[in-house]
Amino acid sequence: MGVLENKFQDNVVVASLDKLLGWARSTSPWYFQFGLACCAIEMMASAASRHDLERIGMMPRSSPRQADVMIVAGTVTMKMALRVKKLYEQMADPKYVISMGSCATSGGPYWQHGYHVLKGVDLVVPVDVYVPGCPPRPEALIEGLIKLQEKIQTERPLTRDLV
Amino acid sequence: MTIEEIKITLTNKFSGSIIENEELSDKQIEVEGSKWLEIATFMRDDPNLSFDQLECITGVDTGEDATLQSRYNLHSMEYRHKVEVVINHDKKNPKVPSIEQVWRIGDWFERETYDMFGISYEGHRDLRRILCPDDWEGWPLRKDYEGQESYHGIVVPKIKEEDEWE
Repeated sequence: MGVLENKFQDNVVVASLDKLLGWARSTSPWYFQFGLACCAIEMMASAASRHDLERIGMMPRSSPRQADVMIVAGTVTMKMALRVKKLYEQMADPKYVISMGSCATSGGPYWQHGYHVLKGVDLVVPVDVYVPGCPPRPEALIEGLIKLQEKIQTERPLTRDLV
Repeated sequence: MTIEEIKITLTNKFSGSIIENEELSDKQIEVEGSKWLEIATFMRDDPNLSFDQLECITGVDTGEDATLQSRYNLHSMEYRHKVEVVINHDKKNPKVPSIEQVWRIGDWFERETYDMFGISYEGHRDLRRILCPDDWEGWPLRKDYEGQESYHGIVVPKIKEEDEWE
């Protein structure tokens, strides 16, 4: 700390503002509460008392405008793909997407013959973390969320990129 | 009432509109499509038949140059008898009178069959697609259906068909 050492009182925190922002964002990523298929049941189980997502700061929001993370939980049909894209565009920055389960990641069992299924939600929105499974257990989803938190923590939103 | 008695009752009332078809099972009756609305109303209102419940409408594509079919599963709450009514359509122009106003549940059943097979139910008051988006192309459950290459700019990747399992 050098010259700053012992210069502040107890209630002052000295840190890099970038790191502070990363810490603040990563410890309360509120997720957008919407489910598309059976993965949504596992997402609900993750949020319920046994696994309790709120202990890692995740809280469901019913409006995309209040949410930071979109968990695409389930099969994305062509009809829904347009709406998923619209919901993503309604979220405020910074925003993150988790693709939960094999359907959202690649079309899953509808990969070959599902004429109506989007073959991966990354065709319409950018995805940060893919969680495999059919459906993934709550532990898998929580691991994906922790990976996302680690990713948010390493971001440096205030630092200019060196070209 | 047994299926034979139901058939005899219908044949007495609508001679010529009940078609003998040996390929059908003993739970099925084939009828003439153009007379279907009168037959349906009779089957619901006749005190001896009293088919007061329409359980399901199914579409069937029987294969290449064959026809499309509509199949109606009828049930009587009063007498506990059941029957399946089969109607054959011309594949080029499949149409049949709507029974939406005979059994109200037929509204959504007919919309679903229209959505999947393109069978036109004439007289239906709101014949739109029910599951697929309104601007979807083609009739997905027909045998000759080909999926769309793109939908609203979203490209559908072409997936190579694997060789058939031996």
